Amino acid sequence: MLLNQFLMLGAVLFCIGVYGVIVRKNAVLVLMSIELILNSVNINLLAFSLRNGSPDGHTFALYVIAVAAAEVGVGLAMVLLMYRNRRSVGLDDLSEMKG
Amino acid sequence: MFSASTEAAEVILKSGWFLENAFIIPIIPAVAFFLIIFFGKKMPMKGSEFGILSMFAALAMSLGAAYQWIQRVNGVSEETYVKPIIRSWTWWQNDGVSLGIGQHIDGLSITILVVVAFISSLVQIYSTEYLHGDRRYTHFFASLTLFSAGMLNMVVAENMIQLILGWELMGLCSFMLIGHWWEEGANSRAALKAFFTTRTGDIGLLVGTSVLFFAANDWTQKTLGVSGFSIRGLSAWALSGDPSSAAITVGAVALFIACIGKSGQFPLHTWLPDAMAGPTPVSSLLHSSTMVVAGVFLVARLYPVFYEGMNIYGNSVNFIVLIGGVTIVIAAALAFVQTDIKKVLAYSTVSQLGYMMMGLGAGAWLPAVFHIFTHAFFKACLFLGAGSISHSASHHSFDMKKDMGGLRKFMPITFSTWIVSTLALCGVFPFSGFFSKDEIIDNVGYAGYNFFMIVGLFGAFLTAAYMTRATYLTFFGEPRGAAAGEHHEDEHDAHASHDDHGHDAHDSHAAHDAHDDHASHGPRESGLIITVPLILLATLALSSGFLNAPAFGEKWENLKKWAEPRAEVVSVTGIAKPAGAHGETRIAAEKADGHHASPCGTETPVGGVCYAPQLKHAPFKWWKAGMSVGIVFLGMILSWLLSVQLYTRKNKKLVGLTERNKVLGAGYSFLANKYYLDTLYEKIIVRSIAHPISRGAYWFNQNVLDGIVNGAGTSTRKTAGWVYRNVDQKLVDGAVNGAGTSAENAGGALQPVQSGKVNQYGALLFGAAAIGALVLVIINF
Amino acid sequence: MLASDVLVAQNVGFAIIAAIMVIGALRVVTTKNVVHAALWLVVVLAGAAAQYILLAAEFLAVTQVMVYIGAVMVLFLFGTMLTRAQIGAEKDLNNKNAIIGLPIAVLLLATMLIALNDGFKAEKLPADSPLVTTQQVSDQIFGIYLLPFWALSFVLLAAAIGAIVLARRD
Repeated sequence: MLLNQFLMLGAVLFCIGVYGVIVRKNAVLVLMSIELILNSVNINLLAFSLRNGSPDGHTFALYVIAVAAAEVGVGLAMVLLMYRNRRSVGLDDLSEMKG
Repeated sequence: MFSASTEAAEVILKSGWFLENAFIIPIIPAVAFFLIIFFGKKMPMKGSEFGILSMFAALAMSLGAAYQWIQRVNGVSEETYVKPIIRSWTWWQNDGVSLGIGQHIDGLSITILVVVAFISSLVQIYSTEYLHGDRRYTHFFASLTLFSAGMLNMVVAENMIQLILGWELMGLCSFMLIGHWWEEGANSRAALKAFFTTRTGDIGLLVGTSVLFFAANDWTQKTLGVSGFSIRGLSAWALSGDPSSAAITVGAVALFIACIGKSGQFPLHTWLPDAMAGPTPVSSLLHSSTMVVAGVFLVARLYPVFYEGMNIYGNSVNFIVLIGGVTIVIAAALAFVQTDIKKVLAYSTVSQLGYMMMGLGAGAWLPAVFHIFTHAFFKACLFLGAGSISHSASHHSFDMKKDMGGLRKFMPITFSTWIVSTLALCGVFPFSGFFSKDEIIDNVGYAGYNFFMIVGLFGAFLTAAYMTRATYLTFFGEPRGAAAGEHHEDEHDAHASHDDHGHDAHDSHAAHDAHDDHASHGPRESGLIITVPLILLATLALSSGFLNAPAFGEKWENLKKWAEPRAEVVSVTGIAKPAGAHGETRIAAEKADGHHASPCGTETPVGGVCYAPQLKHAPFKWWKAGMSVGIVFLGMILSWLLSVQLYTRKNKKLVGLTERNKVLGAGYSFLANKYYLDTLYEKIIVRSIAHPISRGAYWFNQNVLDGIVNGAGTSTRKTAGWVYRNVDQKLVDGAVNGAGTSAENAGGALQPVQSGKVNQYGALLFGAAAIGALVLVIINF
Repeated sequence: MLASDVLVAQNVGFAIIAAIMVIGALRVVTTKNVVHAALWLVVVLAGAAAQYILLAAEFLAVTQVMVYIGAVMVLFLFGTMLTRAQIGAEKDLNNKNAIIGLPIAVLLLATMLIALNDGFKAEKLPADSPLVTTQQVSDQIFGIYLLPFWALSFVLLAAAIGAIVLARRD
């Protein structure tokens, strides 16, 4: 197996995630896109871990998973709050800037 | 050979249970804190008994430790290094780094322990009366007790992490206590301000600790077997001659910034006067005698680091002396324009802290520490006295001009303790302030900082003058406002702005029956619970100076003997004297003086380590003391005469002078606005941080895009009517129009960017990242 | 079975899983139904877990399945249901940024692919390197990476409390 095949898979997933973050209006979908980005990072970490034969990548991948879980928890709580206050989860409706 | 001498030395150094177990002292109030929180409301005295008992226990243990420390010091000769009692347990460890928690007990920590425990005990007793019936009485005692735990923990701390723990606990409790009556907006604003301002400085504490750790850890692990957080390790490292000057300077400056924030030094002093919004016992304990000296304590604790990092005893003015000197004068000048008695005392505290810092910066370690000691007593007494006045005489007002005057007849005890403490603060012989403050001024001059000695004397003059003014307004002349027995409900609202208690506290007070008497009677003396602490503190303000009175000869220099660490090159175990102590002479320190018997701080120690630099002590001269006391009296007399003319005789020439004379008026408003520092911080700095994006975009609109849009605009116009424009418009007012339109267009073009839409911000972020990555890729090809 | 056969099998496996993952990811960002998006995300995450096994990280793979597919997805579905009246296709899921988003994503992808191709070319993953055991991972977490671990536990605690504070009705 090539190292690059994993890294490139990671890159593709990352860019799809970026696209999702930019174009999605629904906050839940934006959070999902962020999950895509985080997973692509994990694939990279593990690929390098195998290449270097060190467990560092595994450790960090675990940390990333934990941070992602925390992020989803808080993110969805914010979405709930947003929905409760505005009856909408559209990010466009969040803007309060005039002009 | 080596081991033999070690054993011999161990026999000499005495120790004892209190010294070995001093780490228990902060644990007592910490436990009491939890007891108050969980069981306080159910107790007969609403939890205050836990606080008071814990403080008494801590005081007893501190006194025991002090006694045993004195025994230990007396057991050895004057020049011998007395090893501090250091105990450490591993708190947590992480591969290469292990952190301990424990105790580092030496003369300095013992001194501060006794002060903190003593004043905390008195303040807690005083508070049971002062806050009687308050709606958050139990929480108040919980915070007060936790504060004491934090401060005591910081004082006994064995390493920097433990010290930071105590430091932050104090910050938190300070926030909670300033905002104790948070229902009133001004109080919670003051609490936030205090928190954020000290927090700004605390960045320096974290940065400094990390810098010193990374610079020192290898050395301390190799030489002493302790981590780079250890206070003992850092002290030895700083004086070893090994540290790079950049690392130690950066570390010392960063730590000093934290001290500026915590100890209210210029330019971060602005929070301290506002902190007077808290209940008076809090002002007395936290914001005058104990917490604010934490910064001074940190400098004294890590003195070798500052000694080397700031180049104390170098040829030029160092940062600490400069900040201290500036603070003295700036704060003392501000004290003149205050009408709130607590604010006068607050600025006085800032100014006195400036003295301590200036002393430390000039190598006067001992006088500075002694000033912490004496200042704590008389300043706590003054604050509690102010509290006594507002509690019993001026109907919860602190306004000297409106609600006080002539109180000496009504409150003889408060008055006499106030006078004693004022004289001590001014530094009149033989009150305690004389022995500490004068020593600082004297030593600053002796170290070669003549200019700063004059600053110190001028500060003493100002101190005498503003304290005389405050005393006159409060206790002399005719009673005014509430002091004259006036009490109108409608007037009460007008008082609210300067009313310490705030409305709620006051309402809850009203439920208490004593309040009814209170309203109908005029001013009277406070009860025993308030006056007894005042009398105790005043006694100490009068007498504590004799602990270290070089005026009467060497026998009287007890604190120097007990507290000042002796500069001796010792083996790494801290006991036996190694052979061959003298090394290469260092450039930084000055050696010519005959007092430098020890190589510590002047030479690189060989075969051992130093834990304290050798310091000079100015010999006591009566004529110098006479001169400074004379200056103090001059200040008092001038101020008295001026006060009589201004406030009682209402001399036409003097009253309203600031309104008539432009120069004086400008000076007055400059002072009344506190040098516009608050405006600078709140209006300018904070606002620019709060709206950086909009500001940045605005700037971007105005400047950068001008060019782009200009270019685009011109090129389109070229195709349309280039000739017309050139001939007509451009010649007439093209320049003006062009500038106007292009700015407008630029604004319009960039407006969509600031949409407030999250996705667009994300697009900008990732777009910028993509472009940045692309640039990197292209460069590296 | 020869070692080379195993390698071929691995490569084939990788290709299949990668294709499924890319398709799934594309559906996550394009589908018009939020619940469908969540289910496509499950596909991608499960694919990632499979890739972890190919990368000899079986502990991570199991964690991925438990945390992401077990917990995070449930959270997402709850979030969807609590914030939406209807479950079904919707028109209004995308904003008008597609015209910006697509170029940015393509630009980013092109940059990364160029950089990766330039940096690692045809570097092979070692077929016989010692595998990382779970024990090694745990030694690291409780050894040199203890401090980040602590920080992380505080992050989780803060997140738990924060989520409760934000979401509760008072």
